[in-house]
Amino acid sequence: MIVTLLVTWEVTSRFSTIPDFMFPSVTQVFETLVNGIIDGQIPVAVVQSIGRLFIGFSMAVVIGLLLGYLIWRFTLVEETLGFLITALQSIPSIVWFPLAIIWFGLNDMAILFIVTIGATWTMTISASSGFQNVSKLYQRVAKTLGSSGFHYVRTVIIPAAIPQIISGLRIAWAFSWRALMAGELLGSGGGLGQLLEVGRSLGQMDLVISVMIIIAVIGTIMDHVLFLRLERNVQMKWGVA
Amino acid sequence: MYLTIDGVKKSFQHNQETLTVLDDIHISIEKGQFVSIVGPSGCGKSTLLYIIAGLVQPDDGAVRVLGKKVTKPSPNRVVVFQEDGLFPWLSVTENVTYGLKLKRLSKEEIKQKAHDVLKMVHLSRYKNAYPHQLSGGMKQRVAIARALVMEPDILLMDEPFAALDEQTRLVLQSELLNIWQKTKVTILFITHNIREAVLLSEKVIVMGTRPGNVKEVFSMPPATRQIVPNRETLSIEQKIFSVLQGEIEKVLKEEMGDDYSFQTNRDDSDFTRHLGSHL
Repeated sequence: MIVTLLVTWEVTSRFSTIPDFMFPSVTQVFETLVNGIIDGQIPVAVVQSIGRLFIGFSMAVVIGLLLGYLIWRFTLVEETLGFLITALQSIPSIVWFPLAIIWFGLNDMAILFIVTIGATWTMTISASSGFQNVSKLYQRVAKTLGSSGFHYVRTVIIPAAIPQIISGLRIAWAFSWRALMAGELLGSGGGLGQLLEVGRSLGQMDLVISVMIIIAVIGTIMDHVLFLRLERNVQMKWGVA
Repeated sequence: MYLTIDGVKKSFQHNQETLTVLDDIHISIEKGQFVSIVGPSGCGKSTLLYIIAGLVQPDDGAVRVLGKKVTKPSPNRVVVFQEDGLFPWLSVTENVTYGLKLKRLSKEEIKQKAHDVLKMVHLSRYKNAYPHQLSGGMKQRVAIARALVMEPDILLMDEPFAALDEQTRLVLQSELLNIWQKTKVTILFITHNIREAVLLSEKVIVMGTRPGNVKEVFSMPPATRQIVPNRETLSIEQKIFSVLQGEIEKVLKEEMGDDYSFQTNRDDSDFTRHLGSHL
C-alpha cells in the first residue's frame, strides 16, 4: 500500500508540469532528509524542539496537577476557577501568541509560554476529574483502615486517579506538540517549526516535506509507543479497561 | 454489652421527599459473637453497617463500643465490603499491609503478620500478585485478610460473598467460620441469604423495610457450626422466611403494583431450593 503510494507520488512528480521545488519527488525528499540528518541541520532542530517541549510540557503537567488538586480539594476554587478553565481550554493556544510576543518578546519564552498554556488546561481538567472520580469504595476502605489527611491523598486519591491523569498526559502532549510547531513556525530561535519556515522562504519544498516526516515520526513514537502503551498497561492493572 | 446500637435513626432526601431508612434501631451484641442481619433489599442494613463503621453519621441515636460513642471510622472496626475494594496499584502483600503500616509496627512484625494472614486464607503463593491477576474469590479472600490482619475488635461484613459463585461462597463460608473460631473476633455479617445467616451465625436479626426496623431476633442453637443445613436449621430458615414474607410482599407491591401477591405465588419446595437468595 505504502509502496504504491510512493510510486504514484514519484511518477506524478516526474511527469507533472509543476516545478520540482513546489512538488518534489520522493527520491528528492529522501535525499534532502538523509543529507539534513547527516549535516546535523535536522538533529539540531529536533533537539531544540524536544527541549522546549519537555520544559513547556513539564510545566503544564505540574501546574495542571496543582490546579486540579485545588479544584478537587476546595469547592470555592471549583466554583470560581472551574468554569474559567473550561472556557480557557477552548482557546487554541496559538491564539495566545500575539500576547506572548508583547509580554516576552519574539523569543524562546514566547514559544514556551504557548506550549505550556496549550497543555495546562487539559491537564487541569483531567487531574481534577481524576481526583473527583476516585471510587467511593476505595475511599471507604482507606478510611476504615485508618488512613486520613495527607497519607490518604498520597496513597489513595493520587494512585486511584492515575489512569485518568495518564489519559490527560496523552492529550496534553498532543496539544503542546501542536502548539510548539505553530509557535516555532511563527517565532524564532530554531527548532523544527523554524526549519519549515526556512524551507518555505528558500522555496525548498523537499526540506518542508522532510521536516513534516520527522514531525510525524516523533509524534507517532510519543503517542503510540510511549503514551498509548502506558495508558493500556495502567488501564489493565487498574481494571478500568 | 459490648456493642450497642441505641435508637439509631437515619433518613435521606430523595426528590424532595424524606425517605426514612432506619427507624429507631436497638441492637446489642456481645464480644466474640457472630451476628447476622438479614432483610429485604432497601431495608437499610448496609446503611446501618456504615453507621457502625463510622462512615455515616446517624440523624439520631448512637452506636457505642464498650460505652464509647462511635463518631468516625477506626481500624478497630474494619469493614469487608461486597466488592473486594482492593487497591489495584498495590500487590497482594502491599494491600494486606496497607493498614498495618499505619499502626507503626516494626518491619519484621508487619512482614510476619502479612505472611500469617495470607497463609490463613490460603494465598501465600500469590503474595506478589496484583489484584487484576486474581479471581473474584481470591480477591475477596485478600479483602478478608486485609481486614483480619488489623486484628480488629469488630469485623463488619457487608454481603461479602454476594458477588461470588456458589462453590466459592461455600469455601469462603467455612473459612470464615474457622477464622472466627480461631480469632474469636466479633462479627456483624450482613446478607440477604437466609441460609447463609442461619448456618454461620449465633444470632440472626431480621430487619423489616420502609422504614428499616428490627422485626425479630433469632438465637441459634449452639451446635457446632457447619455449612450444610440440617433439620433444625431448616426449620429456623422457615421461621425467618415467614417473618420476612410480609416485608417482601410490601416491597413487591410497591414495585409491581397492588394486584401482585407474593403469598399466592409461593411454593415451599421452591423456597428450599433457592435458599431465599432471591429476596
